[in-house]
Amino acid sequence: MTLEEKQQDIIDEFAIFDDWMDKYEYIIELGKELPMISEENKTDDKLIEGCQSRVWLNTDVVDGKMNFTADSDAIITKGIIGLLVRVLDGETPKDVATTKLRFIQEIGLHEHLSPTRSNGLASMVKRMKLSAIAAS
Amino acid sequence: MITDDISIPFDVSRIRTDFPTLHRTVNGKDLIYFDNGATSQKPKVVIDAITEYYTNNNANIHRGVHFLSQLATAQYEDARIIIQKYINAPLSEEVLFTKGTTDSINLVANSLGELFTEGDEIIISAMEHHSNIVPWQMLCERKGCILKVIPINEAGELIMDEFDKLLSTKTKLVSITHISNTLGTINPIEEIIEKTHNIGGYVLIDGAQSIQHIKIDVQALDCDFFAFSAHKVFGPTGIGILYGKKEILDQMPPYQGGGDMIAKVTFEKTTYNELPHKFEAGTPNISGGICLGTAISYLSEFDLGAIHAHETELANYAEEKLLEFDGLRIIGTAEKKTSVVSFVVDGIHPFDLGTLLDKQGIAVRTGHHCTQPLMEFYQIPGTVRASFAFYNTKEEIDVFIRAMKRSLNMLR
Ligand SMILES: Cc1ncc(COP(=O)(O)O)c(C=O)c1O
Repeated sequence: MTLEEKQQDIIDEFAIFDDWMDKYEYIIELGKELPMISEENKTDDKLIEGCQSRVWLNTDVVDGKMNFTADSDAIITKGIIGLLVRVLDGETPKDVATTKLRFIQEIGLHEHLSPTRSNGLASMVKRMKLSAIAAS
Repeated sequence: MITDDISIPFDVSRIRTDFPTLHRTVNGKDLIYFDNGATSQKPKVVIDAITEYYTNNNANIHRGVHFLSQLATAQYEDARIIIQKYINAPLSEEVLFTKGTTDSINLVANSLGELFTEGDEIIISAMEHHSNIVPWQMLCERKGCILKVIPINEAGELIMDEFDKLLSTKTKLVSITHISNTLGTINPIEEIIEKTHNIGGYVLIDGAQSIQHIKIDVQALDCDFFAFSAHKVFGPTGIGILYGKKEILDQMPPYQGGGDMIAKVTFEKTTYNELPHKFEAGTPNISGGICLGTAISYLSEFDLGAIHAHETELANYAEEKLLEFDGLRIIGTAEKKTSVVSFVVDGIHPFDLGTLLDKQGIAVRTGHHCTQPLMEFYQIPGTVRASFAFYNTKEEIDVFIRAMKRSLNMLR
């Protein structure tokens, strides 16, 4: 599946929810299911300190593809991280660096990526992009 | 019989009609606003006064002979007198307009602080807002002063025996919050003021969380400084008050230089204006000052005792209902408390709870509430805080509790 197809996939999944709470129920389930980052990788240099929640991000380049694992102490943040990782993990540095993450806007979660939300997600996406730029 | 009690009987549904914002929807639900500790909603009289000022009366103050300047100046100075009367300050020039509590505290730290020398001590408490911590740390770095912190117990009350031990002839100032924004604790400021005065120190009261809940009488308290923000007491943002005793303000050097604060400027020497202008450099927030007067006048129509009783009933009711949830812990269980209910739930992050409550139309605050050292004391990342105002109702708390139930079911 291409990066673009993965985005569309998520948009289609969310299309069935017409209620906010149902949407969040789903995100929370995603957050609960995902073991994200190994405990030994939860080090301070990987920590993105948001005012509201904390995020850990580990980036790697494996065989020319970006490899992301990430985690958060808040489950909603973690669920959204799951979506971001699902879209960006395993893609080329160039695609990660240049693709617009339109799915976030389309499923109505863009408020979570706003820097004013201070949950660490905006900085996380920025770091993902920067690591891809560095690798490309 | 003539009585001077002209206060309106307490009627929540009538009060609610005064606040337009309370009638909007959020995420398709009727807004329930429980974030009054952060800022209060504004009554229509205040909103109208802002419009009226900019529609009809706008001019710069203290500077013009023309009609509008005179009018704006008169309104601004009238507001000062309304506030003076409300807090029972002896003189109107003891009431300084600032940008808010933070600005008021910084004014004292920078101006009174100039008179401090190495080894002088300043006492604060473990439950202070960052705005009553950082200005003192900055002063200590500049001047070599020492910052001491009154510890608290698990309930979130000051340990007064420890305060007694910290107090000494080296103590120049005790700067303490009247009411904790995170815990709701009402501190025994009368005792603190008396004891500090006995050793010759000054006391600054951070009244950001008390002015809207408790009748303040600065003469009865005998505090040296009292700071608050308009926006937490139904007024606009960007304006606040520092009350200070004249004999202390007179000794203090100016804080900022500029227009309005001078008597005469030459390149050789500038002499400063009298109080309050000495501390009010530059064009102030004129509409803010006038409309803070409007807000205070509005609040004066009510019996604060009745307001306090209503808010306390709301807080008690909310705590009782919240405690029915498994694993929920109230943070801040002081015997003397106002209408702040802070809590954590085992295994649930406050951010998640806050997000789900928001989607159900309920505004609460989550996080550390600008009191990180306090979070460290309790070993928690933050709390969910519901803080009530006199326009909140038990019915809103019932909706909140149902929303809590739904959210916790989803998160567990
Ligand atoms: C106890 C306390 N002190 C100070 C402040 C700072 O007030 P402001 O941000 O209006 O200057 C607040 C506001 O959150 C507060 O609750």
